[in-house]
Amino acid sequence: MTILLDVKGLKAGYGPVEVVHGLDFTVEEGGVTALLGANGAGKTTILRALCGMIRREGSLQFAGRDLCPMTTEEIVRCGIAHVPDGRGTFTGLTVSENLTLGAYVRRDKAAVADDLAGIFVLFPRLKERLFQQAGTLSGGEQQMLAIARALILRPRLLLLDEPSFGLAPLVVKDIFATLRQINAMRQVSLLIVEQNVRAALDLADHAVLIETGTVALAGPASLVSADDAVRRAYLGY
Amino acid sequence: MTAFLNQCFSGLAMGGIFAILALSLVMIFQATALLNFAQGEMAMASTYLAWQLIQHRVPYWLAFFLTVILSFAAGVLIERLIIRRFASAPVLTVVIVFIALVFIIDSVVGWIFGYQLQEFPSPFPDHNWFNNPLVSSHQSGILLVTLIVMAVVWAFFRFTTLGLAMRAAAQNPASSRLVGIKVGWMLALGWGLAAAIGSIAGMMAAPLVYLDPSMMSSLLLYGFAGAVLGGINNPWGAVLGGLIVGVSVNLVGAYLVGTQLQLAVALTMIIGVLLVRPSGLFGRTIVTRV
Ligand SMILES: Nc1ncnc2c1ncn2[C@@H]1O[C@H](COP(=O)(O)OP(=O)(O)OP(=O)(O)O)[C@@H](O)[C@H]1O
Ligand SMILES: [Mg+2]
Repeated sequence: MTILLDVKGLKAGYGPVEVVHGLDFTVEEGGVTALLGANGAGKTTILRALCGMIRREGSLQFAGRDLCPMTTEEIVRCGIAHVPDGRGTFTGLTVSENLTLGAYVRRDKAAVADDLAGIFVLFPRLKERLFQQAGTLSGGEQQMLAIARALILRPRLLLLDEPSFGLAPLVVKDIFATLRQINAMRQVSLLIVEQNVRAALDLADHAVLIETGTVALAGPASLVSADDAVRRAYLGY
Repeated sequence: MTAFLNQCFSGLAMGGIFAILALSLVMIFQATALLNFAQGEMAMASTYLAWQLIQHRVPYWLAFFLTVILSFAAGVLIERLIIRRFASAPVLTVVIVFIALVFIIDSVVGWIFGYQLQEFPSPFPDHNWFNNPLVSSHQSGILLVTLIVMAVVWAFFRFTTLGLAMRAAAQNPASSRLVGIKVGWMLALGWGLAAAIGSIAGMMAAPLVYLDPSMMSSLLLYGFAGAVLGGINNPWGAVLGGLIVGVSVNLVGAYLVGTQLQLAVALTMIIGVLLVRPSGLFGRTIVTRV
């Protein structure tokens, strides 16, 4: 397997405060890596740092290019889509406008129309609510919109920050099934932060356990889920 | 009755100018939550540019569109070169920058062109259209131009991807960056559009108030009154507010208090509206879900 994203010595923080203290991890081409850890461990910060939303340093090799000197807008153009903490949809705009913005950097408008049709197969609900203001969608629908908005970019790597947050168990199941489909059928690699550790380990091939901004444990998902400490702290058995 | 209607129409025409100015104020306010006090002086400088072109025998409408385009470029440049450097400065600092801009533009224009009043031509005919007794062709022309400006601005924001990106950048800069929108450039474009729209207000006002470096200062206050009255976060409310201010100030000036108190009336209206409805008559309180 080739490595798509290779993070080495990532440090990041807010203002003078460093929150992430030198991390190494990878995402394989077509693979799924899960970032796990307690509240406040720094998972959201890691995703923000990858996208250039906050100050960061280290080596961030993505498909042979270093993301570190790039701005967020440039990183997006490299094919990295981020579904951020709190979803990041444009609540004042319609579903349709949100999707148009998702494809903002794409120039192949004909292919965008095809991709949109594919996205409506994944999320038929969005098609029914095309002209509804995004802020008035249900939580689950907003999450679907956030993922759809990221997919329409046709990313090589999709970053997801707690896609199950605030959703009913059945909806979470749906979302994870969809993510599996996206990963398998579209060859989109995933880097996923998730409190629902069981679901995340089920989906992932690699897992990284973060504790106060450092890697506590990393490896194949099956090994991480078999780890005693992980089992007791996150899986509850 | 004719005299009354006459007053209404001339108020509506001035209101059209206030409305265009209000629209240019809203354009920048929506993106940055700042009121550009220099908007009036920028429009005044643009009007001098148009005047200079017309003096050089450039046909009116060519001069008009050249001025709009050059004003757009100047607006973009002002944002890129000056305002952007204060992006993370405290509000008070930015206010001081705006006030400085007012005086800098004012004195530079005065230094180049002098302070004497100049005549500025109207592109509309001298006789009233269709021989109507009520409204001069320049007055109806202003209203027509106001409507066209509104339609073009509306269509731009409603139907183009760039307009959509500008709205997105104003509402949610962080998410906008995540879809690849260059938020800084969207702000600069907003300044450009505001300057272009403002230049139209200046060129429409100049035949009525004559051209001089201080021509826009009270007009801007009326535009400001219109924007606040209608709702500073709602472009169409601001336009309506401008028209309402134009008509009511004119009627009050003609029938109640005389022209000297017109500005006081406008400012009283602002304070009154802000007391009762802080978001303006048509202001939206945006409902968001986090
Ligand atoms: N915008 C911010 N400014 C300053 N400090 C922040 C900011 N966001 C997060 N932090 C701090 O950084 C640390 C890591 O936060 P982060 O949001 O990355 O945690 P997390 O692992 O995503 O937690 P959770 O599971 O609760 O989402 C916390 O101590 C937090 O207080
Ligand atoms: Mg988080």
